[in-house]
Amino acid sequence: MMTDPMAPVSFTVVSTRRELAGVLTLTIEPSDARECPEFLPGQFNMLYAFGVGEVPISISGVPAASGAGVVHTIRSVGAATQALCGLKRGGALGVRGPFGTPWPLKEAEGADVLVVAGGLGLAPLRPAIYSILSDRERYGRFTILYGTRSPNDILYARELRQWRGRLDAEVEVTVDRAAADWRGNVGVVPALISRSSFNPAGAVAFLCGPEVMMRFSAMELLAAGLPGSRVYLSMERNMKCSVGHCGHCQFGPYFVCKDGPVFPYDRVMDLMKVPEV
Amino acid sequence: MITRTLEDLLRRHAFFGGMSQEHLSLLTGCASNRNYRDGEYLFRQSDPAKEFYVVRQGKVSIEVVDPEKGRLPLQTVGFNDVVGWTWIVPPFVHRFDARAIRLTRVIALDGECLRGKLGEDTELGYELLRRFVAVIAQRLEAARIQLLDLYEP
Repeated sequence: MMTDPMAPVSFTVVSTRRELAGVLTLTIEPSDARECPEFLPGQFNMLYAFGVGEVPISISGVPAASGAGVVHTIRSVGAATQALCGLKRGGALGVRGPFGTPWPLKEAEGADVLVVAGGLGLAPLRPAIYSILSDRERYGRFTILYGTRSPNDILYARELRQWRGRLDAEVEVTVDRAAADWRGNVGVVPALISRSSFNPAGAVAFLCGPEVMMRFSAMELLAAGLPGSRVYLSMERNMKCSVGHCGHCQFGPYFVCKDGPVFPYDRVMDLMKVPEV
Repeated sequence: MITRTLEDLLRRHAFFGGMSQEHLSLLTGCASNRNYRDGEYLFRQSDPAKEFYVVRQGKVSIEVVDPEKGRLPLQTVGFNDVVGWTWIVPPFVHRFDARAIRLTRVIALDGECLRGKLGEDTELGYELLRRFVAVIAQRLEAARIQLLDLYEP
């Protein structure tokens, strides 16, 4: 998109959609006449709320959807994300990117694919889900397992229902707590793995969510027979420069911004056991 | 239409994976097929734990009743899961309700019948216990993760 990866480009908000309390989806486009930058599912942009700060946010839109803009789902948790969530249609922000490694969709072709997401972790997986669904015949069985806090905290609820309704994907949602009128699953997302149909010999799994959730899901997948090299996680660290110079997102020998955020589990499993890495 | 025997159904269930033919035959002697309609209880809290259930199809909500809040779902279990492990733990009384929340097909195993067999066949006892320990460990792990409230904003 740009020659200088450190220089933000001005973008304009095309539309906003409230997803959940404190969670907003922004669709943005370049403020000048240039094309929307292409991205690969799993990559992220640095979004700059002018005068407030810059944060890494995964791209959550549909890949290669012309005219669809660039889509990010943001939770308001700090000054910069609060400012970004406060933007209205026509508002301006700075964008650098896209950065980082993508979900290995090519490698997953021909295999059963499991997407395991927790909370807002569904957002970085959404482009991969759309890629698989748009090329459905290239993959084996496709399973989406999603866990969140309560029925009121289900991200992209309408889309989850649509994906389930296609009948060529198994979609299961579970919540940590619910009232008696909830007829879905209650419990943690790793518990759904043993109930799913997939062939572990050739399956590939994409995981995104809180690190504890990913670790337990990965262990469950390994117990089911998947090798760690076919379980991929999207790691989250404090990314600043996004080009592997500043070291803020150092994760053992890796920089999450440049070597990640998507890693095969066998590369990071030992690091995930070390506190404060 | 394929008709499977109870023994076939047990053999195909993940809980009994790898169990010997001899032990499966013994277990089949204590097994029966059951269907529960949506809303029907497999058991209620304080009921004697006479049976446990392996779920073939459907969904079961494990719940506790609070006088003010009503039914509180703690966990749901489904295909390939087991419900009712208290049959093996004295004083053999269910602590929670187990309610089908859609048509649920299970195989019920008679705990009283099995407790007798386990005393006589320690190898079968070990095989069953190690499977139940795995179930209990999984439930404990899940409860601990739920307590972390990982998705708190």
